[in-house]
Order: sequence, then structure tokens, then C-alpha cells
Amino acid sequence: MNKALKILALLGVGVLLSVTTRAEKSTSLLNVSYDPTRELYQDYNQAFSKFWKEKSGKSVTIKQSHGGSGKQARAVIDGLEADVVTLALAYDIDVIAEKARLLPKDWQKRFPNNSSPYTSTIVFLVRKGNPKGIKDWDDLVKPDIKVITPNPKTSGGARWNYLAAYGYELKRTNGDEAKAKEFLKALFKNVPVLDTGARGATTTFVQRGIGDVLVAWENEAILASKELGKGQVEIVVPSISILAEPPVAVVDKVAKRHGTEEVAKAYLEHLYSEEGQEIAAKNYYRPRLESAAKKYGNQFPQLKLFTIDEVFGGWQKAQKDHFADGGTFDQIYQK
Amino acid sequence: MAGITKTHFSSEQKASRRGTEESPVAKWVLISIGMAFALTFLLLPLVNVFFQAFEKGWSFFFGALKDPDSWSAIRLTLTIAAISVPLNVVFGLAASWAIAKFEFRGKSILITLIDLPFAVSPVVSGLIFVLMFGLQGYFGRWLDDHDIKIIFAVPGIVMATVFVTFPFVARELIPIMQATGAEQEQAALTLGANGWQTFWYVTLPSVKWGLLYGVILCNARAMGEFGAVSVVSGHITGQTDTMPLRVEKLYNEYNGTAAFAVASLLALLALLTLGVKTFIEWKTQRNYELAQRATDEQK
Repeated sequence: MNKALKILALLGVGVLLSVTTRAEKSTSLLNVSYDPTRELYQDYNQAFSKFWKEKSGKSVTIKQSHGGSGKQARAVIDGLEADVVTLALAYDIDVIAEKARLLPKDWQKRFPNNSSPYTSTIVFLVRKGNPKGIKDWDDLVKPDIKVITPNPKTSGGARWNYLAAYGYELKRTNGDEAKAKEFLKALFKNVPVLDTGARGATTTFVQRGIGDVLVAWENEAILASKELGKGQVEIVVPSISILAEPPVAVVDKVAKRHGTEEVAKAYLEHLYSEEGQEIAAKNYYRPRLESAAKKYGNQFPQLKLFTIDEVFGGWQKAQKDHFADGGTFDQIYQK
Repeated sequence: MAGITKTHFSSEQKASRRGTEESPVAKWVLISIGMAFALTFLLLPLVNVFFQAFEKGWSFFFGALKDPDSWSAIRLTLTIAAISVPLNVVFGLAASWAIAKFEFRGKSILITLIDLPFAVSPVVSGLIFVLMFGLQGYFGRWLDDHDIKIIFAVPGIVMATVFVTFPFVARELIPIMQATGAEQEQAALTLGANGWQTFWYVTLPSVKWGLLYGVILCNARAMGEFGAVSVVSGHITGQTDTMPLRVEKLYNEYNGTAAFAVASLLALLALLTLGVKTFIEWKTQRNYELAQRATDEQK
């Protein structure tokens, strides 16, 4: 008899707890984002809550979910109720628009700069003193080098990494696709583990000490070299890399149901403001705004950047050619 | 004379020992291998978790646990366990009762089904619920139209947890119920007890320690499950992160000490579980011995 009472009591506690978690909700936004933006949105969410309170008198809390960009897009398609998505590349938001029809297909036209409030690029992180002498992309295919990069199927950063390397070889060989494929094949032969997201790859390299070079987002590399792996790792800037534009969008259907359309839009717009741009720059994302770019300019190395549109004909095409089932990545990664 | 018998006896004893046991060298080598293995792979990492957790002192440790997001993860984990363990107790009792006391068609299928979660990878366990209740799943549209949230919310996490912890209680009870047989219940029934009374006064007391043991294992897994929960959680900080997911998130946010603080709490729960488990094993053993002695004395 006692046991039944205890079980009932436990159940009661459970129900109570779940009720209290539900009662806490006031206006809240869910921002589903990719892996390395954790620190950026931690700072930005605080600033925006304050800004919104001053502007509208209402309080808003922003919840975050982070993971590999492709994986996060999949979760939104499967019903993760994101009011806004801030992912690593445009294709992942395209998929949400196509498969789940949660936002219009022309979402990228709704905010300035292709809906990308900040940009980044792909650089290398090597061990202190660069013992393997890694300087440019062609050093990554040498036989005794271990390269850390996440899985392009699940990670947005990994797709930028892949395309940056591919673009480098295309430029060097004047557009020889066969040579570029060979180059990537040799590169991925040197990859001992494929993590699902950029952050996982960084911890593999810095905390677990695996590999000679990490191919990473510039923001992730600077963060790792300044904070986590201070004194253990250093950045190497290749001769050329890709201009990465991580886009943002309001997920219309979800926001409409939650009644958060207005605040969701303001949330993304504020990223373009002086305050938003400064926060981005402080977290090592390249700002769009001239004034912020000037102020924080010296923390970003100068290098030649090519865009996905000029080399690969946009994300739709790049995704289809390289990362879809049976695409170039599948061909070169088969051992 | 006495001496001879004695040596004779002990030599015989020695011979018999040689027949069934290895030489002392082999014995000590085996023991030290086992011990060294357990120390390096089990105890050392566990000690390290606590060491890392307290690296920055007590106040940091409690601060890390009091962080609203970690606190929410702790609460969520307890809620999930509080819902899924009773569900599995009810199911486990019903299923083991049916399997042990009745003969029916499809009994072997039921037994196999109970074992299914042991065989299936946790990732698959999570994914099946996404495929059923996710927005693109079979019931996705309907659920969405009626504004019912299952996946990426508490119900989904409960379902995944119930699935992976399904076998623990039933697996523990079936052999006990089969061993006790149906005689006692039959006696109770002939003495005029109804079904409910038979259950409370005859069946439950005879399986209570086994049941408790099953509940403890079930609870440990429910609180510690990572894979299946990770698939259905959506990883919303402060909302759908359970303790294991929170540990991973903190670690990935370069907040190692806080990650280990939450991990050490989980480990503490595990140690507690282990303690209770050992106590129950000792208790059942003693009950068994007492019962044996009682029957011996009666003879």
C-alpha cells in the first residue's frame, strides 16, 4: 500500500514540476542556430531583451538550440518550433522552405545583404609553433598531416570548408574539376574523425588533442586561439578562402502561431544595427556595417575571398553537385 | 592415527582443489588484471569527474548547479524519471504476471518484444518517435493541426525514455514470478480472496525486492539516457535539455568545470543507485537464508 502512495506522490511531483515549467513562459522566442554561435547569441540575446524592453515595454526571453546546421534544419522540418533560424548557410534554410513550407522560398530577400548580417571565412588552426609547417591548402593533402573537419552532411561549417578547399584547387588549376576532386580525395584521406558539428571538431582538436590542423570558421578559430586553447594553438591564414555568409530568417508559420512575428522580425533586424554589429564583431564575426568593421578591423586577417555564387553557382547548385546523395563528396569519401 | 587421517584428508582436499582451481599464480594474475582494469577504466574516470567538478571550489560547484539552465535540466530529468518509472512498473508487473502465470498464444512474441529495447540502438529508439510524431511523420499533420506537441517537448522525451527503460522491471520480475509459481495464489483464491487481494497480499510481497531492484535499474537508465533523448529533445536550453544533454552542452561551450559539476551530480545519483542495489541484494540474500533456515528447523 505504501508503495502505491509513494508512486502517486512521485507522479504528483512530476506533474507539478511540468506545470511550473509551462507557467514560466511569457513571450519567448526560440532561435535555432548552428554550432559556433553559442557565445555570439548569448551576448546578443541579453542586449536584444534590453533593447526590446526599452522600445516596446515588453519583456522577451530568447531560448537557444545549437547543433550542426544541417541537423538543426532537419529538426525544424521535423517540428522543432523555431521562431527564427540563424543557420550556417542558405541551403539549410532553403530546405526548410521547400520540405516543410514553413517560410516562403524567397526568404533570402527579406533582410539586407542576402539576409546575412555578418560574414566569416575559413582558416586553419594549428598547434603552437606550427610544427608541421602548414601554410596553405596544398599542405593539407601531404601524406603525414592529420586534418580535422566535421561531416559536410550534417555541418554547415564543414561544407564551407570543403568548398573553400575545392575552390582553391579550381583557381590553381584554372578550373580543372577532375584535379579538384583528386585534391579533395587526398584531403579527406587525412581526416581521422568526422564530427557532426563545428564545435565538436574544435573540441576534438583542442581539448582531445587529435590532429595537426583544424579547418574552421574564422570566428571559431579566433575564439579557440584567444580563450580555450590560449598558448596551445595558433591561426594560419591561407592564401585564398571562401566568403561564408551565414543567413537568418523568421520562420513565418511558427511565429504566426506563437504570435511572435513582430518581435522575431525585430530580433533579426537588430542584428544589423550598430549594437548588433558590434556584438558580432566582438565575437569574431565580420560585421557588415562600415563603422564596426573599422573599429574591429585589425582582428580580422586580410586575405583573398571568393564567393559561392562566382565559383559554384550558388548554394542550390553546390549542394546538388557536391553534398546530395551520390554527389562529389560521396564519390571522394568512399575508401 | 589421528595425524595420518588428518594428512590423508588434507591431501585429498588439495587434490580436489587442483582439479577445480587454477594455480595460485594464475589466480593472482587474473585478480590483478581484473582489478587493474576496473581501476583504470571505471574508478579513475569516476574519481576524475569529481576532481574536475571541484577544481574551482565548492562555491563554483554550487553556482554551476544553481545556474537556471542547469537547474531546469535537473528538474526535467527528475520529472522524466518520475513519469516513466511508474509507467514501466505498471507495465512490468502486468507483463511479468501474464507471462509467468498464464499460457497464451503469442507469449514468446511478448517476451521477445520486451527485450527489443535492449537490442535496438538508442538513436533508433529516438528516431522512430520522430518518424511517427514529427511534423513530417505519420501523425505529424494531425498533431500540428490540434496544436499538440510531442517531439521536441516533454512528452517525446518521456516516450523515448519509457522505450529504452521498458525491459528493466519486467525482465527482473519474470524469473521471480516463474520460480514462485502459481500455488500460493491458487491457495489464496481457494481461501476466498479476490484477485486484487491476492495481488496485494500474496504476489506483491513475494516479488517486492525484485521489483525494487528493477525500479532502481530502470530509474538509473531513465535519468542517464543520452542517445534516444538527444534525438527527440531539440536541445532547447532551459527547456528540453536533460542532465546528460546539459553536460554535453556545457562541455561544448568550453565550460568544463560546470559540465563536470552536473556530471558529478549524475554520477552521485549513480553511486546512490549502486548503494541501494547492493543493499537490496544483501537483503534478498539474507531473506533467502532466513527462509532456508526456517524450513530446515521445521524438518
